[in-house]
Amino acid sequence: MRIPCPLCGTRDRREFTYYGSEDYANRPAADAPAQAWDDHLHNRDNPCGPTRDLWYHDPCGAWVRVHRDTATHAVHGSDLVAERGQA
Amino acid sequence: MSGYRLSAGGLVDRSQTVRFTFDGLPFTGYHGDTLASALLGNGVQVVGRSFKYHRPRGVLTAGSEEPNALVEVLDGAQKTPNVRATVQEIFPGLAAQAQNAWPSRNLDLMAVNDLLSPFLSAGFYYKTFMWPRAFWERLYEPLIRRAAGLGRLSGRHDESRYEKVFAFCDVLVIGSGPAGLMAALAAARSGARVIVADEDARMGGRLLADRPEIDGMPGDLWAAQVLEDLAGMPNVRLMPRTTVVGAHDQGTYAALERVSLHRAAPGDAPREAFWRIVAKRTVLAAGALERGIAFCNNDRPGIMLAGAARAYVHRYGVAPGQRVAVFGTTDSARQTARALQAAGVQVAALIDPREDASTLEDFKVIRGAVVTDTQGRKGLRRVQVRQGSNTFALEADSLLVSGGWNPSVHLACHMNGRPVWDDGIAAFVPKPGAVPGLDACGAAAGRFSTAACLQDGLRAGLAAVADLGLAAPALTAPQAEDGSYDITRLWHVPGKGRAWLDFANDVTVKDVMLSAQEGFRSVEHMKRYTTQGMAPDQGKNSNVAALAVLADATGQTIPGTGTTTFRPPYTPVSIAAMGGGGRASGFAPQRFLTSDAASRERGAPMIEAGLWYRPSYFPRPGETGWEVACDREVRMVRSAVGVCDVSTLGKIDIQGADAGRFLDFVYTNTFSTLPVGKVRYGLMLREDGHVMDDGTTARLGAQHYVMTTTTAAAGQVMRHLDFVAQAHCPDWDVRMISVTEQWAQFAVAGPRARDLLRAVLDDLPDLPFMGCAEVGLYGIRGRLFRISFSGELGFELAVPARFGESLFRDLVGRAETLSGGPYGMEALNVLRIEKGLITHAEIHGRTTAFDIGMAKMVSPKKDCIGKAAAARPGMHGPDREQLVGLRPVQPGQRLTAGAHLFTPGEDVKRENDQGYVTSVGPSPSLGWIGLGFLKNGRARVGEMVRLVDHLRGLDLLCEVCDPVFLDPAGEKLRG
Amino acid sequence: MRYSGLRVLTEGLFGNKGWKPAWRDPAPKAQYDAIIIGGGGHGLSTAYYLAKNHGLTNIAVLEKGYLGSGNIGRNTTIVRANYFLQGNSEFYSHSLKLWEGLESELNYNVMHSQRGLINLFHSDGQRDAFVRRGNAMINQGDDAILLDREGVRRHLPYLDFEQTRFPIYGGLLHPRGGTARHDAVAWGYARGADRRGVDLIQNCEVTGIDIENGRVTGVQTTRGAIRAKKVGMVVAGRSSQVAAMAGMRLPIESHVLQAFVTEGLKPVIDHVISFGMGHFYMSQSDKGGLVFGGDLDFYASYAARGNLPIIEHVMEAGMTLMPMIGRAKVLRSWGGIMDMSPDGSPIIDKTPIDGLFVDCGWNYGGFKAVPASGWCMAHLMATGESHPVARRFRLDRFATGHVIDEEGTGSQHNLH
Repeated sequence: MRIPCPLCGTRDRREFTYYGSEDYANRPAADAPAQAWDDHLHNRDNPCGPTRDLWYHDPCGAWVRVHRDTATHAVHGSDLVAERGQA
Repeated sequence: MSGYRLSAGGLVDRSQTVRFTFDGLPFTGYHGDTLASALLGNGVQVVGRSFKYHRPRGVLTAGSEEPNALVEVLDGAQKTPNVRATVQEIFPGLAAQAQNAWPSRNLDLMAVNDLLSPFLSAGFYYKTFMWPRAFWERLYEPLIRRAAGLGRLSGRHDESRYEKVFAFCDVLVIGSGPAGLMAALAAARSGARVIVADEDARMGGRLLADRPEIDGMPGDLWAAQVLEDLAGMPNVRLMPRTTVVGAHDQGTYAALERVSLHRAAPGDAPREAFWRIVAKRTVLAAGALERGIAFCNNDRPGIMLAGAARAYVHRYGVAPGQRVAVFGTTDSARQTARALQAAGVQVAALIDPREDASTLEDFKVIRGAVVTDTQGRKGLRRVQVRQGSNTFALEADSLLVSGGWNPSVHLACHMNGRPVWDDGIAAFVPKPGAVPGLDACGAAAGRFSTAACLQDGLRAGLAAVADLGLAAPALTAPQAEDGSYDITRLWHVPGKGRAWLDFANDVTVKDVMLSAQEGFRSVEHMKRYTTQGMAPDQGKNSNVAALAVLADATGQTIPGTGTTTFRPPYTPVSIAAMGGGGRASGFAPQRFLTSDAASRERGAPMIEAGLWYRPSYFPRPGETGWEVACDREVRMVRSAVGVCDVSTLGKIDIQGADAGRFLDFVYTNTFSTLPVGKVRYGLMLREDGHVMDDGTTARLGAQHYVMTTTTAAAGQVMRHLDFVAQAHCPDWDVRMISVTEQWAQFAVAGPRARDLLRAVLDDLPDLPFMGCAEVGLYGIRGRLFRISFSGELGFELAVPARFGESLFRDLVGRAETLSGGPYGMEALNVLRIEKGLITHAEIHGRTTAFDIGMAKMVSPKKDCIGKAAAARPGMHGPDREQLVGLRPVQPGQRLTAGAHLFTPGEDVKRENDQGYVTSVGPSPSLGWIGLGFLKNGRARVGEMVRLVDHLRGLDLLCEVCDPVFLDPAGEKLRG
Repeated sequence: MRYSGLRVLTEGLFGNKGWKPAWRDPAPKAQYDAIIIGGGGHGLSTAYYLAKNHGLTNIAVLEKGYLGSGNIGRNTTIVRANYFLQGNSEFYSHSLKLWEGLESELNYNVMHSQRGLINLFHSDGQRDAFVRRGNAMINQGDDAILLDREGVRRHLPYLDFEQTRFPIYGGLLHPRGGTARHDAVAWGYARGADRRGVDLIQNCEVTGIDIENGRVTGVQTTRGAIRAKKVGMVVAGRSSQVAAMAGMRLPIESHVLQAFVTEGLKPVIDHVISFGMGHFYMSQSDKGGLVFGGDLDFYASYAARGNLPIIEHVMEAGMTLMPMIGRAKVLRSWGGIMDMSPDGSPIIDKTPIDGLFVDCGWNYGGFKAVPASGWCMAHLMATGESHPVARRFRLDRFATGHVIDEEGTGSQHNLH
């Protein structure tokens, strides 16, 4: 499996550490209701198909949001978490 | 005797005789022989015994799909089981043995199973061996295990060399038959970087076995010419003896190269190399595998696949028998009969089930006929043939069978794509696009004539080139035969006896029918119930026929029945090859302190701390055991001065205008208010509210902090900080980088710490407790922090890592003049337990700030990571286990970590569990003390608890106390 | 039809013509008292115990593919009760007791083999953590024995005790741990449920869950609508998709776990061995293959297949620990889809929808749980109350903070 790092190019999967769904990047407000925190930390759409999830490129320290498919492992692209669009 | 070496022919080097042994008997063959061809050439017919019934078996195929001829090669630690005799090349001194036979392959007592076969039908073991229960482990299972299995491992460490390699290319061509060679040629001439991999020792594929005419020359010569051409191009890598075994994501292929398995003296060469090939485009030209026909006793030695027989004749100059019969459903059988006839072998008859088969041959053709049974237990003697209503016997010592060809679709199916049924060839073909970037061609795509293979290979090569945006070379396919593939379907000849499908697992037609009869009607149920296709050949020889039999039994079509899943590897791969480099210390990186050598010189036992090695203690002459040394080192720190390398702690340099604000966010407590030149202890939570890590962070400048993490969590914290910064506050002005490797850091602790530092530093600054400053020493700049993990007056001195070793030696030497010295992990542990300081034994991922008594460190004035989740009701309260100190009621009693705590008087059982012990140590002044977690523990200080360690036989009373055992007011460390 | 050695003999003498189908192939009825979605190990055992323990026999198991087509047929067959946190301890202890009587319970040889499981440790800290675990096992009434290095050597002399990277300090032996024949467990429960009247309906995919006024009323399937007042979702591997049909979003992320089997070998490994530092474990099947595995691939996936980094890591761990297996050849690899929960522990609970129950989140440890999961899910569906040994497996425990986190890695699904 090969993952595109927006900074370094496409690299072998072993250079990356996986976190999980992009939900982790969307932190609720400190005073958000408990349900929002439960959804942020635990509950997942967990799609069988297109997904966007978070990978850390260990050599360069970039958190990367990868657009890929959980059914086929196809990778469609990626962007930096720090610069991610809200689409 | 059966097979024999023909007087001429073949691609073996008859000038080089090779001596080898099989079951201890000496044999000779020629350079270029496989073990199978050499044994056949010597007339050896029985090469092994079958898995379940221990039937005598001979060579069936000429390739890696061989189900019968599995042998053990070499001896001692080099013993290798389950080697395909059809792949293993012979070399001088090769020693091979038959396996799964006792006492020998010719007399195997386990063959009694063959007589008991009515009682050993599919799945019989699910229905019996249940009573009495205790007999399963004691009797039945050991018997079954001994009977099952194939070859033996040596039981000794595999000390051989293996290598792993990465390779990248534009076009990977798998297979070097006519299709593969044309594809490779097209890609190579376009300038693409090409890798051609073929599992055979000699490239050329079926061109070597069939020798069809191409552009007027024998196929093997044409192949040699193309290969020479390819070998001369700098953009081409030819990889013989290399099997592509797996298709993985994004064009990554796994391949196994048998580097030196064919050499008597490999020298420094690895046995095998495991390749990870990343290809932009892949051409699958892996050919096709012939399949047999199920008829009674179709598994006897001497029965071989027809295409394999051609390979033995053309490639090795070996005849499979003296008098052969051929039985087949396609012209492959006729071709074989002709080839053998041409080589001078007596052809008893060609038995062709097709009513309209031509009889115009120099040998007898029996058309509209089938083989119904065979005789000859240890070697074929007679073949029963039925033609119409007539049944008669044919004398033959070899029967060559062809039930058609199955394209090698395996790699194309490794990414979950199922193959597609092609009715025209009665076989499955790859589904286009099933593996992105992979294009199947030639026989692998169901195109069987040589001309079709050449043309399709060229097409695939040009398509890959076009995909890559390269210019197509001018290339046309050469002329070759273009016969039709006229198959008549014949999977199974009905009859009374057992007709084998899966030779390797001894699965017969009856087993598949029984499976359907018992309701195991889906293909997966049938496979799992009968074990069809689960043997070393993974059903390469039999799955399609078994599907056909199942489809018949269930009244479904073959495509409706479907296939089981194709999984990597295509052919079995040794664990050693894929695990190359893992031996001895190779499994994980080793991280060494700059003081490592100095510590080892002092005899310190080094222990693993994550990837690091740290000194356990520094023994003095006459000291026995760690406790004596530890005791001395603790006293030394408490009374004089100790030096400890603490460089394994993670160090993260954090800078920027928002650095303080950032730390406020990742720590529960506040750092933005920390004055420059001060250090603060910080508590870090995971976003789920549990403690992630703790450590100190120093403010070196207005926009510059340096954070320390625990050794264990250094990597995790770095990723976490990067995540928080990039995901939650990308606009803040803060940057961070790990500097763990850049700084060597030493704890200098004890009442004489200042004396030691004064001797080393240009100038000892007057630091308050939790102060820090830059210092000069020996002409370099270092950092001095007044922090303590021991409860003593303590400092940590950091210098650039390249000076670490000399500073450690210097500090230790000078400390010794002050009655001090180095101390190790054991003493460090006791020192911190005496002070109730926690490590990852306590913050093990399940503890909250509340549990460790630090709830007040979660600032109410600001948000921080983990704050919201820490407020959940289950995260605090009297039901939770809280950090406490423990000391035995009877002085001198030993405590153990991992013991559980109970209320005295209550039964020792899970329901009454009150907590557990996390850390213990022998305090020189207090005896054994410990830290642990106890339900509602802070409210129970002064109470007694019962400590029970079943595993170590400990049961004693402890007093619950405050976790800080020594100097609770902290007078020493502030002194 | 009762199975026995005598029956095998008599059927063998008469050409094995008398064997009857192990289960019927019924068409779905329009209505059942209860429906279980999922004909895997957990679903089949749920059906079995609903019939056996609670007398509910007008029930159906709806299976999208073939019976046992999920992780019950795609695992490394380990059976153990070696957990240390409340909630898990009592549950897996109960499960192991059920395993110990399973052959006679089901009249089916599932080949449960209590050959002993050894967890190795490689530092004092790991030893103490395993001691805590072992003591918890004994407090629960199960068994555990602490082995020092020489003790490990006596059991497993072929390990590399000179291996320098993570030297073997000792091990925790769980004598009652072992393995079983995975498919046989599914088939045994299926046959047992069928004999008690449960309809096992294969090739019947649930496409919708019918809910009226907050109550479940039935399901839509590829073979028509079926009504039922109680529906259990027992579909680990597809839990999120099925729950979504009921408008639920579960605390589950799906991950791939690979496993491997070698070609058959004569007996060489008699235990289940677990090498925590290397995330590696191995046993030898009765057929002779070495069955082993390691960590997740770590990325969310439904592909049921994995990639090379973990494959190689597992092999490297094997070569570090026991280099005598080097010449064994890997015959087949496969991947299962794991329902990873945020604390590594499962969920057996009611849902906010009346009559709809969920059994999911088995992470990579569902096989050994099959008997107790079915037992407890059946209890829950029949009585409406959690069974005492499963009462902590609540769906809302993440919201309330009552997590059961054996690994201590927190709310990140793939770290458990």
